[in-house]
Amino acid sequence: MELAETEVLAVNIMIECKNITKTYKSGEIETHALKNASFKINDGEFVAIMGPSGSGKSTLMHIIGCLDTPTSGEYLLDDKDVSKLSDDELADIRMQKIGFVFQSFNLLPRATVLRNVTLPLVYAGASIENREASAKEALRGAAFPEEFWNHYSNQLSGGMMQRVAIARALVNNPTLVLADEPTGNLDTKTGEMVLDTFQRLHQERGRTIILITHEPYVAEHAERIINIRDGSIIEDGKVKNRRVINNNHNTK
Amino acid sequence: MKAQDILQETYTALSANKARSGLTILGIVIGIGSVIAMVSIGQGASGQIQSSIEGLGSNLLTVSPGFAQQGGGFVSAGRGSAQTLKNDDIDVVRQIAGVAYVSPERQGRYQIVAAGNNTNSTVIGVSPEYAMVRNVSVADGSFITEANLRSLGRVAVLGPTVAQDLFGEGNDPVGKTIRINRLNFKVIGVTQTKGSAGFFNPDDTIFVPLTTMQKILAGGEYLSSIAISVETKDLMPQVQQEATIMLADKHRVDPATADFSIVSQADILGTLTQVTDTFTIFLAAVAGISLIVGGIGIMNMMLTTVTERTREIGLRKSIGAKKKDISMQFLAEAVMLTFLGGGIGVALGWILSILVSSFAGIATSVSFSTILLAFGVSAAIGIVFGYYPARKAASLNPIEALRYE
Repeated sequence: MELAETEVLAVNIMIECKNITKTYKSGEIETHALKNASFKINDGEFVAIMGPSGSGKSTLMHIIGCLDTPTSGEYLLDDKDVSKLSDDELADIRMQKIGFVFQSFNLLPRATVLRNVTLPLVYAGASIENREASAKEALRGAAFPEEFWNHYSNQLSGGMMQRVAIARALVNNPTLVLADEPTGNLDTKTGEMVLDTFQRLHQERGRTIILITHEPYVAEHAERIINIRDGSIIEDGKVKNRRVINNNHNTK
Repeated sequence: MKAQDILQETYTALSANKARSGLTILGIVIGIGSVIAMVSIGQGASGQIQSSIEGLGSNLLTVSPGFAQQGGGFVSAGRGSAQTLKNDDIDVVRQIAGVAYVSPERQGRYQIVAAGNNTNSTVIGVSPEYAMVRNVSVADGSFITEANLRSLGRVAVLGPTVAQDLFGEGNDPVGKTIRINRLNFKVIGVTQTKGSAGFFNPDDTIFVPLTTMQKILAGGEYLSSIAISVETKDLMPQVQQEATIMLADKHRVDPATADFSIVSQADILGTLTQVTDTFTIFLAAVAGISLIVGGIGIMNMMLTTVTERTREIGLRKSIGAKKKDISMQFLAEAVMLTFLGGGIGVALGWILSILVSSFAGIATSVSFSTILLAFGVSAAIGIVFGYYPARKAASLNPIEALRYE
C-alpha cells in the first residue's frame, strides 16, 4: 500500500536541473561554482544536498531557491523554466513556491512570533484575517508551542527561533521547503528537535524538503543524499541507514 | 503590500531607534519651524505696511506740485516746493466723475508754544473734507468746520503726540490756547491716534483751517497738495488719468511734462510690498538652507538604516518582496520622518511667530498657504532625500544581503 503511494508520487517531478553551470567572474579569473549538475527531485521527497564548504552546494541552493539564475543550463520548477526570469519574476516564484529556512534564522527582532510568520503573506497581499489563520496553522505545523505566539522573536531560544523560521517557510503553503544548514547554529539536542520537525513535516504532511548541510550526520536524516564536490555531483542515492529521531513515526 | 502594512513597518522601524529618529526629525523641525516663522514675520510686516498705508486714506490720489526751478534751472528746490497748485485747481478736480472727496492741503513747519512747553511740528491747513479723505477722526472736541474756514478762524486741532508734548499726559487741551508762529490759536479738538506710517506721522501734526493757513500763517494762495478720494478702487486709474489731463489743460501745459504729479496710493503700496516681498523671500531662503541640512540628515540616517538592515532586506527579498516593496518601505520611513518633522515644525514656527509678535512687537501672520507649503516641502524633502537610500536598499542582491555581517 505504502509502496504504491510512493510510486504515484514519483511520477510528479518537481525539480529538474539539466546541466546547470554557474561561473563567477572576478576580473580575469573565472570560478566554476557548478559544472553540469543534473538531477531530478520528485514531489514529496526529503533530499539532503551535502558537501564541504566551497563545494558549490550554496550556489546550487541559491539557484534551486530562485535567488539566483544559472549561467547556463535549464532549471524546471513545476515544469516551468525559471532559469531566465527577471528579479521581480523570481521574487514572485519565491513568494508562491518556496519557503526558506536559514542557518541564522533571520527573524525580525522587534516583531512578535505571529508577525514574523505572517511576513510572507504581507508580500503576497493576503487579507489580514487570512494571514492570522494561516500563521497559526503554520506554527502548529512547526510544533511551536502556543504560549509563545505573542512573544518577541528575540526573547526565544535558538531552537524556538528556528521553529518560527520553519513556520514562516510553511505559511504560504510552498511546494518546496529549502533549509540551509538549519542546525548550524544549534546544539545537538535542539538541532535534533529541528530535524524532527522536518521529518514530521515530510512524513505527516507530505512536504518536499531540501536540506543543505556539510554534516553527514545531519544529511542522514533525509531519505536521499546528493553529494556534491567541486561543483559536480559525485553521488546521488538513498540513505542506507536513515536516522529517525522519533521512533513513533512510521518509517519506510 | 498594503498601505496599512507599510505604516506598521514604518512605525516599528522608527520606534526601534527613538533617539536617532528624534534627532533626525529635529533637523526638519528646525528647518520647517524657521521657514514658517520667517515667512510669517515677512507677511506680517507687509500686512502692517499695507494697513498703515490704507490708514492714510482709502482709494487715495495725491496731486503734488512740480519742483520749482530757481535761477535758470541749475538748482532745484525739490518736488512739491513749487507754487503751481492753486485754489482754482480744487474745483477742476471736483468736476471729475468718480471723485468722492477733495482735500486741498497746505503744509508748513512752525514752532508751537503752549503752557510753557514748545515743540516744532507740521502744521497743515485743511478743509473739513480732510477728515474723510485721510481717515482722521476726532477723539475729543471737533474737527475744522466749514464755518472756521469761512471766518478765517484761529482754531487748531492737535494730533495726540503734539497734545501730549505741549500739555502733558492726561490733560485735556481742548479750549486752551496755543501759539503757532507767535499767533494765538484756540484748540478745538484732538484727533485719534493713528500710528506712524513710516515716513509721515499723522499724530505729530496740527490742523488749522486752510484759509487761515494761506492768509495768516504762510501767505500765498497756493497748495502743497490736493488729496483726492475716489469712490471705488476700479475708478482710480481713470480718475488719475482724467485729473492729469484736466489739470494740465488748466495749467496750459503738456500732460507729459506737467508742472504737477499725481501719485496713487497703489503705487506707494506696490513699491513697499515689493520691498517686503523681497525681504520675505530672503528670510525664507536662509531658513530653507537649514531645511536642506535637515534633509541631508534624513538621507544620512536612511543610509545607515539600510546598511544596518541589510540582512533583513535580504530576508524580505527571499520570502518574495519585490524591489518596489522594499523601496516603498524605506521611502515611507523617510517621508514619515519629514512629515513628523514638518508637523512639529509648523507648530514650533507658529509659537515662535506668536512670541515674536508679543515680545518684539513685530506683526506676524501664519497663513494657511504657508502651512500647506511647509508640509509640501517636507514631504518633498522626504522623497528627494529618501529616494537614494530606498533605491540602494531595493537593488541589494538578496544572496549578498543574507550573507552580510
